[in-house]
Amino acid sequence: MDDARVARRGLSPRLWLAGGWLVLALLATIFAPLIAPQDPLAQDLMLERLPPFWLDGAEPGYWLGTDSLGRDLLSRLIFGGRIAFIVAFAAATSACLLGSALGLIAGYFGGWADRIISRVVDVWMAFPPVLFAILLVAVLGTGLSSVILAIAIIDWTRFCRVIRAEAMSQARMDYVESARIAGYGRIGIMLREVLPNVLPSVVALLSLEMGIAVIVEAILSFVNLSISTDDPTWGGIIAEGRLSIHQAWWVLVFPLITLILTVLSFSQFGEALKARFDPVLR
Amino acid sequence: MSVCLDIRGLSAELPNGQRVLRSVSLSVQPGEVRALVGESGAGKTMIGKAVLGVLPKSVRIVEGDMLIEGEDLGRLDAKARRTLIGARTALIPQDPLTALNPSRRIGPQMTDRLVRILGWRGERADTRIRQLLDEVQIRDPERVLKSYPHELSGGMRQRVLIAAAFAAEPRLIVADEPTTALDVTVQKQILRLIAQLQRDHGTAILFVTHDLGVVAKISQKVSVLYAGKVVEEAETAQLFAAPQHPYTRALIAATPRYTDPYASLKPVDESVLAGLTAEIAAADKDWRPGHG
Ligand SMILES: Nc1ncnc2c1ncn2[C@@H]1O[C@H](COP(=O)(O)OP(=O)(O)OP(=O)(O)O)[C@@H](O)[C@H]1O
Ligand SMILES: [Mg+2]
Repeated sequence: MDDARVARRGLSPRLWLAGGWLVLALLATIFAPLIAPQDPLAQDLMLERLPPFWLDGAEPGYWLGTDSLGRDLLSRLIFGGRIAFIVAFAAATSACLLGSALGLIAGYFGGWADRIISRVVDVWMAFPPVLFAILLVAVLGTGLSSVILAIAIIDWTRFCRVIRAEAMSQARMDYVESARIAGYGRIGIMLREVLPNVLPSVVALLSLEMGIAVIVEAILSFVNLSISTDDPTWGGIIAEGRLSIHQAWWVLVFPLITLILTVLSFSQFGEALKARFDPVLR
Repeated sequence: MSVCLDIRGLSAELPNGQRVLRSVSLSVQPGEVRALVGESGAGKTMIGKAVLGVLPKSVRIVEGDMLIEGEDLGRLDAKARRTLIGARTALIPQDPLTALNPSRRIGPQMTDRLVRILGWRGERADTRIRQLLDEVQIRDPERVLKSYPHELSGGMRQRVLIAAAFAAEPRLIVADEPTTALDVTVQKQILRLIAQLQRDHGTAILFVTHDLGVVAKISQKVSVLYAGKVVEEAETAQLFAAPQHPYTRALIAATPRYTDPYASLKPVDESVLAGLTAEIAAADKDWRPGHG
Protein backbone atom coordinates (compact mmCIF):
# COMPACT_ATOMS: atom_id res chain seq x y z
CA MET A 1 0.00 0.00 0.00
CA ASP A 2 2.90 2.35 0.73
CA ASP A 3 4.17 1.79 -2.76
CA ALA A 4 0.80 2.73 -4.17
CA ARG A 5 0.69 6.02 -2.35
CA VAL A 6 4.21 6.94 -3.31
CA ALA A 7 3.56 6.04 -6.91
CA ARG A 8 0.44 8.18 -6.98
CA ARG A 9 2.36 11.21 -5.79
CA GLY A 10 4.85 10.48 -8.55
CA LEU A 11 7.79 10.74 -6.18
CA SER A 12 8.87 7.12 -5.96
CA PRO A 13 12.60 7.43 -5.27
CA ARG A 14 13.35 3.97 -6.53
CA LEU A 15 11.74 4.81 -9.85
CA TRP A 16 14.01 7.83 -10.18
CA LEU A 17 17.16 6.10 -8.96
CA ALA A 18 16.67 2.99 -11.06
CA GLY A 19 15.44 4.89 -14.09
CA GLY A 20 18.23 7.43 -13.71
CA TRP A 21 20.96 4.81 -13.71
CA LEU A 22 19.44 3.02 -16.68
CA VAL A 23 19.08 6.20 -18.73
CA LEU A 24 22.63 7.23 -17.85
CA ALA A 25 24.07 3.84 -18.75
CA LEU A 26 22.00 3.63 -21.93
CA LEU A 27 23.04 7.10 -23.14
CA ALA A 28 26.66 6.37 -22.35
CA THR A 29 26.62 3.20 -24.44
CA ILE A 30 24.75 4.79 -27.33
CA PHE A 31 27.22 7.66 -27.50
CA ALA A 32 30.18 5.50 -26.49
CA PRO A 33 32.56 6.72 -29.23
CA LEU A 34 31.96 10.30 -28.13
CA ILE A 35 32.06 9.70 -24.40
CA ALA A 36 34.68 7.01 -23.88
CA PRO A 37 37.95 8.77 -22.97
CA GLN A 38 40.13 6.14 -24.68
CA ASP A 39 39.99 3.51 -27.39
CA PRO A 40 38.72 0.41 -25.52
CA LEU A 41 40.93 -1.89 -27.56
CA ALA A 42 44.15 0.12 -27.51
CA GLN A 43 46.86 -1.73 -25.58
CA ASP A 44 49.82 0.05 -24.09
CA LEU A 45 52.24 -1.93 -21.99
CA MET A 46 53.63 1.30 -20.55
CA LEU A 47 50.25 1.93 -18.95
CA GLU A 48 49.41 -1.51 -17.60
CA ARG A 49 47.51 -1.82 -14.32
CA LEU A 50 47.10 1.86 -13.65
CA PRO A 51 44.95 2.38 -10.52
CA PRO A 52 41.73 4.46 -10.44
CA PHE A 53 42.01 8.23 -10.27
CA TRP A 54 42.10 8.72 -6.50
CA LEU A 55 45.05 6.39 -5.89
CA ASP A 56 48.75 7.13 -6.20
CA GLY A 57 50.13 6.45 -9.64
CA ALA A 58 46.91 7.20 -11.51
CA GLU A 59 47.19 8.83 -14.92
CA PRO A 60 44.78 11.57 -16.01
CA GLY A 61 42.32 10.36 -18.65
CA TYR A 62 42.27 6.83 -17.20
CA TRP A 63 39.57 7.43 -14.56
CA LEU A 64 38.98 3.87 -13.45
CA GLY A 65 42.47 2.64 -14.20
CA THR A 66 43.66 0.11 -16.77
CA ASP A 67 43.87 -3.67 -17.05
CA SER A 68 46.92 -5.86 -17.40
CA LEU A 69 47.21 -5.00 -21.10
CA GLY A 70 47.02 -1.28 -20.42
CA ARG A 71 43.48 -0.86 -21.80
CA ASP A 72 41.30 1.85 -20.24
CA LEU A 73 38.72 0.22 -17.91
CA LEU A 74 36.06 2.97 -18.10
CA SER A 75 36.09 2.92 -21.89
CA ARG A 76 35.83 -0.87 -21.89
CA LEU A 77 32.87 -0.75 -19.48
CA ILE A 78 31.08 1.84 -21.64
CA PHE A 79 31.61 -0.15 -24.83
CA GLY A 80 30.78 -3.40 -23.04
CA GLY A 81 27.40 -1.89 -22.16
CA ARG A 82 26.48 -1.96 -25.84
CA ILE A 83 26.40 -5.73 -25.96
CA ALA A 84 24.67 -5.86 -22.58
CA PHE A 85 21.85 -3.53 -23.64
CA ILE A 86 21.39 -5.03 -27.09
CA VAL A 87 21.08 -8.48 -25.54
CA ALA A 88 18.84 -7.16 -22.76
CA PHE A 89 16.35 -5.51 -25.11
CA ALA A 90 16.32 -8.08 -27.88
CA ALA A 91 16.32 -11.22 -25.74
CA ALA A 92 13.87 -9.93 -23.13
CA THR A 93 11.45 -8.63 -25.75
CA SER A 94 11.50 -11.92 -27.65
CA ALA A 95 11.02 -13.96 -24.49
CA CYS A 96 8.25 -11.60 -23.43
CA LEU A 97 6.29 -11.77 -26.69
CA LEU A 98 6.52 -15.53 -26.95
CA GLY A 99 5.86 -16.28 -23.27
CA SER A 100 3.09 -13.73 -22.76
CA ALA A 101 1.20 -14.81 -25.86
CA LEU A 102 1.33 -18.48 -24.89
CA GLY A 103 0.49 -17.67 -21.26
CA LEU A 104 -2.50 -15.59 -22.30
CA ILE A 105 -3.80 -18.37 -24.55
CA ALA A 106 -3.23 -21.11 -21.97
CA GLY A 107 -4.80 -19.13 -19.14
CA TYR A 108 -7.76 -17.72 -20.99
CA PHE A 109 -8.72 -20.63 -23.24
CA GLY A 110 -7.83 -23.41 -20.81
CA GLY A 111 -8.65 -26.93 -22.00
CA TRP A 112 -6.23 -28.72 -24.27
CA ALA A 113 -4.36 -25.54 -25.24
CA ASP A 114 -3.55 -25.06 -21.57
CA ARG A 115 -2.60 -28.70 -21.08
CA ILE A 116 -0.14 -28.66 -23.96
CA ILE A 117 1.44 -25.32 -23.09
CA SER A 118 1.69 -26.11 -19.38
CA ARG A 119 3.30 -29.44 -20.15
CA VAL A 120 5.93 -27.80 -22.33
CA VAL A 121 6.61 -25.23 -19.61
CA ASP A 122 7.08 -27.99 -17.02
CA VAL A 123 9.54 -29.84 -19.21
CA TRP A 124 11.37 -26.60 -20.01
CA MET A 125 11.71 -25.62 -16.38
CA ALA A 126 13.23 -28.97 -15.52
CA PHE A 127 16.49 -27.81 -17.16
CA PRO A 128 18.82 -25.68 -15.03
CA PRO A 129 18.74 -22.39 -16.96
CA VAL A 130 22.46 -21.55 -17.01
CA LEU A 131 23.40 -25.05 -18.14
CA PHE A 132 20.63 -24.87 -20.70
CA ALA A 133 22.03 -21.57 -22.00
CA ILE A 134 25.55 -22.90 -22.27
CA LEU A 135 24.26 -25.98 -24.06
CA LEU A 136 22.20 -23.92 -26.48
CA VAL A 137 25.03 -21.56 -27.33
CA ALA A 138 27.32 -24.53 -27.85
CA VAL A 139 24.79 -25.89 -30.32
CA LEU A 140 23.85 -22.58 -31.98
CA GLY A 141 27.45 -21.38 -32.11
CA THR A 142 28.76 -18.28 -30.36
CA GLY A 143 27.72 -14.85 -31.56
CA LEU A 144 25.32 -12.08 -30.65
CA SER A 145 22.23 -13.57 -32.27
CA SER A 146 22.68 -17.01 -30.75
CA VAL A 147 23.08 -15.49 -27.28
CA ILE A 148 19.85 -13.55 -27.79
CA LEU A 149 18.09 -16.60 -29.17
CA ALA A 150 19.32 -18.80 -26.34
CA ILE A 151 18.05 -16.42 -23.64
CA ALA A 152 14.67 -16.04 -25.37
CA ILE A 153 14.31 -19.79 -25.81
CA ILE A 154 15.07 -20.42 -22.16
CA ASP A 155 13.27 -17.59 -20.43
CA TRP A 156 9.89 -17.35 -22.19
CA THR A 157 8.58 -19.71 -19.50
CA ARG A 158 8.93 -17.00 -16.83
CA PHE A 159 6.39 -14.89 -18.72
CA CYS A 160 4.23 -17.83 -19.63
CA ARG A 161 3.74 -19.04 -16.05
CA VAL A 162 2.87 -15.69 -14.53
CA ILE A 163 0.66 -14.48 -17.36
CA ARG A 164 -1.13 -17.82 -17.52
CA ALA A 165 -2.07 -17.59 -13.85
CA GLU A 166 -3.28 -14.03 -14.21
CA ALA A 167 -5.23 -14.71 -17.40
CA MET A 168 -6.84 -17.65 -15.65
CA SER A 169 -8.19 -15.54 -12.83
CA GLN A 170 -9.23 -12.89 -15.34
CA ALA A 171 -11.20 -15.49 -17.30
CA ARG A 172 -13.39 -16.05 -14.24
CA MET A 173 -14.28 -12.39 -13.88
CA ASP A 174 -17.85 -11.24 -14.35
CA TYR A 175 -16.94 -8.69 -17.02
CA VAL A 176 -15.62 -11.50 -19.18
CA GLU A 177 -18.93 -13.30 -18.70
CA SER A 178 -20.89 -10.15 -19.57
CA ALA A 179 -18.92 -9.78 -22.79
CA ARG A 180 -19.74 -13.40 -23.65
CA ILE A 181 -23.43 -12.77 -22.98
CA ALA A 182 -23.36 -9.73 -25.28
CA GLY A 183 -22.05 -12.08 -27.97
CA TYR A 184 -18.40 -11.08 -28.21
CA GLY A 185 -15.98 -13.71 -29.52
CA ARG A 186 -13.30 -15.32 -27.39
CA ILE A 187 -10.30 -13.73 -29.07
CA GLY A 188 -11.86 -10.28 -28.96
CA ILE A 189 -12.55 -10.72 -25.24
CA MET A 190 -9.03 -11.95 -24.60
CA LEU A 191 -7.54 -8.85 -26.21
CA ARG A 192 -9.99 -6.27 -24.88
CA GLU A 193 -10.91 -7.50 -21.40
CA VAL A 194 -8.02 -9.72 -20.32
CA LEU A 195 -4.89 -8.27 -21.92
CA PRO A 196 -5.11 -4.77 -20.36
CA ASN A 197 -5.32 -6.33 -16.91
CA VAL A 198 -2.24 -8.49 -17.31
CA LEU A 199 -0.21 -5.74 -18.97
CA PRO A 200 1.25 -4.30 -15.73
CA SER A 201 2.72 -7.70 -14.91
CA VAL A 202 4.05 -8.07 -18.43
CA VAL A 203 5.85 -4.75 -18.11
CA ALA A 204 7.33 -5.60 -14.71
CA LEU A 205 8.49 -8.99 -15.93
CA LEU A 206 9.93 -7.49 -19.09
CA SER A 207 12.11 -5.11 -17.13
CA LEU A 208 13.17 -7.84 -14.73
CA GLU A 209 13.99 -10.09 -17.65
CA MET A 210 16.24 -7.42 -19.16
CA GLY A 211 18.26 -7.55 -15.96
CA ILE A 212 18.37 -11.34 -16.12
CA ALA A 213 19.48 -11.20 -19.76
CA VAL A 214 22.33 -8.91 -18.75
CA ILE A 215 23.46 -11.44 -16.15
CA VAL A 216 23.14 -14.41 -18.49
CA GLU A 217 25.11 -12.59 -21.17
CA ALA A 218 27.79 -11.78 -18.60
CA ILE A 219 27.93 -15.41 -17.51
CA LEU A 220 28.22 -16.57 -21.10
CA SER A 221 31.01 -14.14 -21.88
CA PHE A 222 32.63 -15.07 -18.58
CA VAL A 223 32.91 -18.67 -19.79
CA ASN A 224 33.86 -17.31 -23.19
CA LEU A 225 30.73 -18.46 -24.93
CA SER A 226 29.23 -15.13 -25.84
CA ILE A 227 30.11 -12.97 -28.81
CA SER A 228 33.52 -13.24 -30.36
CA THR A 229 36.62 -12.12 -28.56
CA ASP A 230 37.65 -8.55 -29.37
CA ASP A 231 34.69 -6.40 -28.37
CA PRO A 232 34.64 -5.80 -24.63
CA THR A 233 31.79 -7.33 -22.65
CA TRP A 234 31.08 -6.98 -18.93
CA GLY A 235 31.37 -10.72 -18.41
CA GLY A 236 34.63 -10.81 -20.35
CA ILE A 237 36.10 -7.96 -18.29
CA ILE A 238 35.07 -9.71 -15.07
CA ALA A 239 36.76 -12.89 -16.26
CA GLU A 240 39.97 -11.00 -16.95
CA GLY A 241 39.74 -9.08 -13.67
CA ARG A 242 39.46 -12.33 -11.75
CA LEU A 243 42.93 -13.34 -12.99
CA SER A 244 44.61 -10.18 -11.73
CA ILE A 245 42.61 -9.63 -8.57
CA HIS A 246 45.73 -9.30 -6.40
CA GLN A 247 47.54 -6.85 -8.67
CA ALA A 248 44.57 -4.82 -9.88
CA TRP A 249 41.32 -5.33 -7.89
CA TRP A 250 39.59 -2.53 -9.81
CA VAL A 251 39.44 -4.57 -13.00
CA LEU A 252 37.12 -6.99 -11.17
CA VAL A 253 35.26 -4.64 -8.85
CA PHE A 254 34.07 -1.92 -11.25
CA PRO A 255 32.46 -4.22 -13.81
CA LEU A 256 30.80 -6.13 -10.96
CA ILE A 257 29.36 -2.91 -9.53
CA THR A 258 28.18 -1.85 -12.99
CA LEU A 259 26.54 -5.21 -13.55
CA ILE A 260 24.82 -5.31 -10.18
CA LEU A 261 23.58 -1.73 -10.43
CA THR A 262 22.15 -2.38 -13.87
CA VAL A 263 20.44 -5.62 -12.94
CA LEU A 264 18.97 -4.14 -9.75
CA SER A 265 17.80 -1.07 -11.61
CA PHE A 266 15.99 -3.15 -14.19
CA SER A 267 14.07 -5.08 -11.54
CA GLN A 268 13.25 -2.03 -9.43
CA PHE A 269 12.25 -0.02 -12.47
CA GLY A 270 9.88 -2.80 -13.51
CA GLU A 271 8.20 -2.93 -10.10
CA ALA A 272 7.78 0.83 -9.98
CA LEU A 273 6.39 0.85 -13.51
CA LYS A 274 3.89 -1.84 -12.61
CA ALA A 275 2.52 0.31 -9.80
CA ARG A 276 2.21 3.17 -12.26
CA PHE A 277 0.37 1.07 -14.82
CA ASP A 278 -2.18 -0.33 -12.42
CA PRO A 279 -5.39 1.71 -12.72
CA VAL A 280 -6.45 0.88 -9.17
CA LEU A 281 -3.18 2.12 -7.71
CA ARG A 282 -2.69 4.93 -10.16
CA MET B 1 -47.18 -12.86 -28.06
CA SER B 2 -45.00 -15.85 -27.24
CA VAL B 3 -43.61 -16.62 -23.83
CA CYS B 4 -40.48 -14.57 -23.13
CA LEU B 5 -38.57 -17.36 -21.42
CA ASP B 6 -39.70 -20.94 -21.25
CA ILE B 7 -37.61 -23.53 -19.45
CA ARG B 8 -38.93 -27.09 -19.75
CA GLY B 9 -37.66 -29.93 -17.62
CA LEU B 10 -34.10 -28.68 -17.44
CA SER B 11 -31.63 -30.97 -15.69
CA ALA B 12 -27.91 -30.40 -15.31
CA GLU B 13 -25.17 -32.33 -13.59
CA LEU B 14 -21.53 -32.23 -12.60
CA PRO B 15 -18.93 -34.64 -14.03
CA ASN B 16 -19.29 -36.85 -10.93
CA GLY B 17 -22.98 -37.30 -11.72
CA GLN B 18 -24.18 -35.01 -8.95
CA ARG B 19 -27.23 -33.11 -10.16
CA VAL B 20 -27.38 -29.35 -9.75
CA LEU B 21 -30.71 -28.85 -11.57
CA ARG B 22 -33.55 -31.34 -11.34
CA SER B 23 -36.17 -31.07 -14.10
CA VAL B 24 -36.61 -27.35 -13.65
CA SER B 25 -39.58 -25.84 -15.44
CA LEU B 26 -40.39 -22.17 -15.31
CA SER B 27 -41.61 -19.49 -17.63
CA VAL B 28 -41.49 -15.72 -17.73
CA GLN B 29 -44.14 -13.82 -19.65
CA PRO B 30 -43.23 -10.66 -21.57
CA GLY B 31 -42.86 -7.70 -19.22
CA GLU B 32 -43.25 -9.86 -16.13
CA VAL B 33 -40.97 -10.17 -13.11
CA ARG B 34 -40.46 -13.75 -12.02
CA ALA B 35 -38.65 -14.20 -8.73
CA LEU B 36 -36.46 -17.23 -8.20
CA VAL B 37 -36.00 -17.78 -4.50
CA GLY B 38 -34.10 -20.36 -2.52
CA GLU B 39 -31.27 -20.75 -0.10
CA SER B 40 -27.59 -20.61 -0.96
CA GLY B 41 -26.51 -23.43 -3.26
CA ALA B 42 -30.05 -24.15 -4.47
CA GLY B 43 -29.01 -23.55 -8.08
CA LYS B 44 -30.52 -20.11 -8.70
CA THR B 45 -27.38 -18.78 -10.34
CA MET B 46 -27.07 -21.98 -12.40
CA ILE B 47 -30.50 -21.41 -13.94
CA GLY B 48 -29.55 -17.84 -14.83
CA LYS B 49 -26.25 -18.95 -16.34
CA ALA B 50 -27.98 -21.71 -18.32
CA VAL B 51 -30.37 -19.17 -19.86
CA LEU B 52 -27.51 -16.81 -20.71
CA GLY B 53 -25.37 -19.61 -22.14
CA VAL B 54 -22.50 -19.17 -19.70
CA LEU B 55 -22.65 -22.31 -17.57
CA PRO B 56 -19.28 -23.38 -16.11
CA LYS B 57 -17.56 -25.99 -18.27
CA SER B 58 -18.01 -28.60 -15.56
CA VAL B 59 -21.80 -28.29 -15.58
CA ARG B 60 -23.52 -30.26 -18.33
CA ILE B 61 -27.14 -29.97 -19.40
CA VAL B 62 -28.46 -33.52 -19.62
CA GLU B 63 -32.12 -32.92 -20.36
CA GLY B 64 -34.68 -30.26 -21.14
CA ASP B 65 -35.31 -27.31 -23.42
CA MET B 66 -34.96 -23.56 -23.15
CA LEU B 67 -36.93 -21.23 -25.39
CA ILE B 68 -36.41 -17.50 -25.69
CA GLU B 69 -39.42 -15.85 -27.33
CA GLY B 70 -40.37 -19.15 -28.87
CA GLU B 71 -36.92 -19.93 -30.26
CA ASP B 72 -35.50 -23.20 -29.01
CA LEU B 73 -31.88 -22.60 -27.96
CA GLY B 74 -31.11 -26.28 -28.38
CA ARG B 75 -32.00 -26.18 -32.07
CA LEU B 76 -29.67 -23.31 -32.91
CA ASP B 77 -26.00 -23.66 -33.76
CA ALA B 78 -23.53 -22.07 -31.35
CA LYS B 79 -23.18 -18.85 -33.31
CA ALA B 80 -26.91 -18.29 -33.79
CA ARG B 81 -27.47 -19.08 -30.12
CA ARG B 82 -24.89 -16.47 -29.06
CA THR B 83 -26.46 -13.89 -31.32
CA LEU B 84 -29.97 -14.62 -30.03
CA ILE B 85 -28.91 -14.53 -26.38
CA GLY B 86 -26.94 -11.33 -26.97
CA ALA B 87 -29.84 -9.57 -28.64
CA ARG B 88 -32.66 -10.69 -26.37
CA THR B 89 -31.11 -10.96 -22.91
CA ALA B 90 -28.86 -9.11 -20.47
CA LEU B 91 -27.48 -9.64 -16.99
CA ILE B 92 -27.54 -7.43 -13.94
CA PRO B 93 -24.83 -9.09 -11.87
CA GLN B 94 -24.48 -9.56 -8.14
CA ASP B 95 -21.16 -7.85 -7.52
CA PRO B 96 -20.86 -4.51 -9.31
CA LEU B 97 -17.12 -4.38 -8.65
CA THR B 98 -16.06 -7.54 -10.44
CA ALA B 99 -18.63 -6.92 -13.19
CA LEU B 100 -16.72 -3.92 -14.48
CA ASN B 101 -13.26 -4.18 -15.97
CA PRO B 102 -10.88 -2.28 -13.66
CA SER B 103 -8.59 -1.14 -16.45
CA ARG B 104 -11.21 0.27 -18.79
CA ARG B 105 -13.17 3.50 -18.43
CA ILE B 106 -16.92 3.31 -17.80
CA GLY B 107 -17.88 4.94 -21.12
CA PRO B 108 -16.46 2.35 -23.50
CA GLN B 109 -17.59 -0.47 -21.22
CA MET B 110 -21.16 0.81 -21.40
CA THR B 111 -21.16 1.09 -25.18
CA ASP B 112 -19.83 -2.46 -25.69
CA ARG B 113 -23.31 -3.97 -25.84
CA LEU B 114 -24.60 -1.27 -28.19
CA VAL B 115 -21.68 -1.82 -30.54
CA ARG B 116 -22.02 -5.56 -30.57
CA ILE B 117 -25.79 -5.93 -30.61
CA LEU B 118 -27.07 -2.88 -32.49
CA GLY B 119 -23.92 -1.80 -34.32
CA TRP B 120 -24.28 1.66 -32.77
CA ARG B 121 -21.13 3.68 -32.30
CA GLY B 122 -20.03 7.27 -31.77
CA GLU B 123 -22.67 9.91 -31.24
CA ARG B 124 -25.59 7.53 -31.52
CA ALA B 125 -24.27 5.18 -28.85
CA ASP B 126 -23.21 8.11 -26.69
CA THR B 127 -26.67 9.70 -26.78
CA ARG B 128 -28.27 6.39 -25.85
CA ILE B 129 -25.90 5.84 -22.94
CA ARG B 130 -26.52 9.34 -21.58
CA GLN B 131 -30.25 8.81 -21.82
CA LEU B 132 -29.96 5.66 -19.71
CA LEU B 133 -27.62 7.27 -17.21
CA ASP B 134 -30.33 9.88 -16.78
CA GLU B 135 -32.91 7.15 -16.21
CA VAL B 136 -30.81 5.62 -13.44
CA GLN B 137 -30.50 9.12 -11.97
CA ILE B 138 -26.83 9.71 -12.55
CA ARG B 139 -26.58 13.48 -12.66
CA ASP B 140 -22.97 13.92 -13.74
CA PRO B 141 -22.64 11.56 -16.73
CA GLU B 142 -19.55 13.42 -17.93
CA ARG B 143 -17.51 12.44 -14.89
CA VAL B 144 -18.93 8.91 -14.66
CA LEU B 145 -18.23 8.06 -18.30
CA LYS B 146 -14.61 9.11 -17.89
CA SER B 147 -14.10 7.28 -14.59
CA TYR B 148 -12.50 3.97 -13.87
CA PRO B 149 -14.72 1.57 -11.90
CA HIS B 150 -12.75 1.94 -8.66
CA GLU B 151 -13.42 5.67 -8.69
CA LEU B 152 -17.17 5.09 -8.27
CA SER B 153 -19.13 3.91 -5.24
CA GLY B 154 -20.82 0.51 -5.21
CA GLY B 155 -24.21 2.08 -5.75
CA MET B 156 -22.98 4.14 -8.70
CA ARG B 157 -21.38 1.07 -10.26
CA GLN B 158 -24.63 -0.87 -9.94
CA ARG B 159 -26.54 2.03 -11.55
CA VAL B 160 -24.07 1.96 -14.42
CA LEU B 161 -24.59 -1.79 -14.83
CA ILE B 162 -28.37 -1.43 -14.76
CA ALA B 163 -28.18 1.29 -17.40
CA ALA B 164 -25.89 -0.89 -19.53
CA ALA B 165 -28.22 -3.87 -19.18
CA PHE B 166 -31.26 -1.92 -20.41
CA ALA B 167 -29.40 0.06 -23.09
CA ALA B 168 -29.83 -2.36 -25.99
CA GLU B 169 -33.49 -3.06 -25.05
CA PRO B 170 -33.27 -6.75 -24.20
CA ARG B 171 -36.56 -8.65 -23.85
CA LEU B 172 -35.36 -10.50 -20.75
CA ILE B 173 -32.98 -9.49 -17.98
CA VAL B 174 -31.51 -11.94 -15.53
CA ALA B 175 -30.87 -10.07 -12.27
CA ASP B 176 -28.75 -12.26 -10.00
CA GLU B 177 -29.06 -10.90 -6.46
CA PRO B 178 -28.43 -7.38 -7.75
CA THR B 179 -28.58 -5.76 -4.32
CA THR B 180 -26.81 -8.29 -2.11
CA ALA B 181 -23.35 -6.72 -2.40
CA LEU B 182 -24.62 -3.22 -1.57
CA ASP B 183 -25.22 -1.61 1.77
CA VAL B 184 -28.74 -1.41 3.07
CA THR B 185 -29.62 2.19 2.27
CA VAL B 186 -28.41 1.79 -1.30
CA GLN B 187 -30.27 -1.52 -1.72
CA LYS B 188 -33.64 0.23 -1.56
CA GLN B 189 -32.73 2.79 -4.20
CA ILE B 190 -31.33 0.17 -6.56
CA LEU B 191 -34.36 -2.05 -6.16
CA ARG B 192 -36.64 0.91 -6.89
CA LEU B 193 -34.60 1.81 -9.98
CA ILE B 194 -34.77 -1.71 -11.38
CA ALA B 195 -38.54 -1.76 -10.86
CA GLN B 196 -38.88 1.66 -12.49
CA LEU B 197 -36.84 0.79 -15.59
CA GLN B 198 -38.53 -2.59 -15.83
CA ARG B 199 -41.93 -0.87 -16.05
CA ASP B 200 -40.79 1.88 -18.41
CA HIS B 201 -39.11 -0.49 -20.83
CA GLY B 202 -41.56 -3.38 -20.45
CA THR B 203 -38.70 -5.78 -19.90
CA ALA B 204 -39.23 -9.22 -18.39
CA ILE B 205 -36.94 -10.04 -15.46
CA LEU B 206 -35.86 -13.30 -13.93
CA PHE B 207 -35.04 -11.98 -10.50
CA VAL B 208 -32.79 -14.21 -8.41
CA THR B 209 -32.83 -13.60 -4.68
CA HIS B 210 -32.82 -15.37 -1.35
CA ASP B 211 -34.84 -12.61 0.21
CA LEU B 212 -38.60 -13.08 0.47
CA GLY B 213 -39.05 -9.40 1.27
CA VAL B 214 -37.56 -8.48 -2.10
CA VAL B 215 -39.76 -11.11 -3.75
CA ALA B 216 -42.87 -9.49 -2.27
CA LYS B 217 -41.80 -6.07 -3.46
CA ILE B 218 -40.77 -6.67 -7.01
CA SER B 219 -42.25 -9.81 -8.51
CA GLN B 220 -45.58 -10.98 -9.90
CA LYS B 221 -44.67 -14.68 -9.91
CA VAL B 222 -42.34 -16.78 -7.77
CA SER B 223 -40.55 -20.09 -8.14
CA VAL B 224 -39.18 -21.61 -4.98
CA LEU B 225 -36.06 -23.66 -5.55
CA TYR B 226 -34.54 -26.25 -3.25
CA ALA B 227 -31.53 -28.37 -4.18
CA GLY B 228 -31.99 -27.66 -7.87
CA LYS B 229 -35.69 -28.53 -7.84
CA VAL B 230 -38.67 -26.19 -8.12
CA VAL B 231 -40.72 -27.16 -5.08
CA GLU B 232 -43.42 -24.55 -5.55
CA GLU B 233 -44.51 -21.99 -8.08
CA ALA B 234 -47.25 -19.40 -7.70
CA GLU B 235 -48.35 -15.83 -8.13
CA THR B 236 -46.49 -13.80 -5.54
CA ALA B 237 -49.55 -12.71 -3.58
CA GLN B 238 -50.89 -16.26 -3.70
CA LEU B 239 -47.62 -17.69 -2.43
CA PHE B 240 -47.59 -15.52 0.66
CA ALA B 241 -51.32 -15.89 1.29
CA ALA B 242 -51.49 -19.65 0.91
CA PRO B 243 -48.13 -21.39 0.59
CA GLN B 244 -48.64 -25.00 -0.51
CA HIS B 245 -45.30 -26.70 0.12
CA PRO B 246 -44.03 -27.21 3.66
CA TYR B 247 -40.64 -25.76 2.64
CA THR B 248 -42.27 -22.55 1.41
CA ARG B 249 -44.30 -22.33 4.61
CA ALA B 250 -41.15 -22.79 6.62
CA LEU B 251 -39.35 -20.10 4.61
CA ILE B 252 -42.16 -17.64 5.17
CA ALA B 253 -42.42 -18.49 8.84
CA ALA B 254 -38.66 -18.08 9.18
CA THR B 255 -38.80 -14.55 7.72
CA PRO B 256 -39.87 -12.30 10.59
CA ARG B 257 -41.91 -9.87 8.47
CA TYR B 258 -41.92 -10.69 4.84
CA THR B 259 -43.16 -7.20 4.02
CA ASP B 260 -39.86 -5.90 5.31
CA PRO B 261 -37.60 -6.32 2.30
CA TYR B 262 -34.46 -6.30 4.36
CA ALA B 263 -35.13 -8.97 6.91
CA SER B 264 -33.01 -12.03 6.26
CA LEU B 265 -33.87 -15.70 6.32
CA LYS B 266 -33.62 -17.82 9.40
CA PRO B 267 -32.77 -21.51 9.28
CA VAL B 268 -35.61 -23.75 8.18
CA ASP B 269 -37.03 -26.35 10.55
CA GLU B 270 -35.20 -29.69 10.58
CA SER B 271 -38.25 -31.85 9.95
CA VAL B 272 -39.11 -29.91 6.81
CA LEU B 273 -35.58 -30.38 5.52
CA ALA B 274 -35.72 -34.11 6.23
CA GLY B 275 -38.93 -34.32 4.21
CA LEU B 276 -37.31 -32.44 1.35
CA THR B 277 -34.25 -34.62 1.33
CA ALA B 278 -36.44 -37.69 1.04
CA GLU B 279 -38.45 -36.07 -1.73
CA ILE B 280 -35.32 -35.31 -3.70
CA ALA B 281 -33.81 -38.73 -3.16
CA ALA B 282 -37.01 -40.25 -4.51
CA ALA B 283 -36.93 -38.00 -7.57
CA ASP B 284 -33.30 -38.93 -8.25
CA LYS B 285 -34.13 -42.61 -8.05
CA ASP B 286 -36.77 -42.20 -10.75
CA TRP B 287 -34.38 -40.13 -12.76
CA ARG B 288 -31.64 -42.63 -13.25
CA PRO B 289 -31.80 -46.00 -11.61
CA GLY B 290 -28.48 -47.36 -10.46
CA HIS B 291 -26.74 -43.99 -10.52
CA GLY B 292 -26.02 -43.25 -6.86
N1 LIG C 1 -18.28 -23.69 -11.23
C1 LIG C 1 -18.97 -24.69 -10.65
N2 LIG C 1 -18.66 -25.97 -10.96
C2 LIG C 1 -19.33 -26.96 -10.37
N3 LIG C 1 -20.32 -26.80 -9.48
C3 LIG C 1 -20.68 -25.57 -9.13
C4 LIG C 1 -20.01 -24.44 -9.70
N4 LIG C 1 -20.56 -23.33 -9.17
C5 LIG C 1 -21.51 -23.75 -8.30
N5 LIG C 1 -21.59 -25.10 -8.27
C6 LIG C 1 -22.54 -25.90 -7.48
O1 LIG C 1 -23.81 -25.81 -8.09
C7 LIG C 1 -24.83 -25.73 -7.10
C8 LIG C 1 -25.70 -24.54 -7.34
O2 LIG C 1 -24.94 -23.34 -7.18
P1 LIG C 1 -25.53 -21.89 -7.47
O3 LIG C 1 -24.37 -21.00 -7.54
O4 LIG C 1 -26.44 -21.95 -8.63
O5 LIG C 1 -26.37 -21.62 -6.16
P2 LIG C 1 -27.20 -20.31 -5.77
O6 LIG C 1 -28.59 -20.75 -5.57
O7 LIG C 1 -26.96 -19.25 -6.79
O8 LIG C 1 -26.58 -19.93 -4.38
P3 LIG C 1 -26.16 -18.49 -3.78
O9 LIG C 1 -27.40 -17.95 -3.11
O10 LIG C 1 -25.11 -18.82 -2.80
O11 LIG C 1 -25.70 -17.64 -4.92
C9 LIG C 1 -24.13 -25.68 -5.75
O12 LIG C 1 -24.23 -26.95 -5.18
C10 LIG C 1 -22.70 -25.37 -6.09
O13 LIG C 1 -21.83 -26.02 -5.18
MG1 LIG D 1 -25.98 -17.38 -6.77
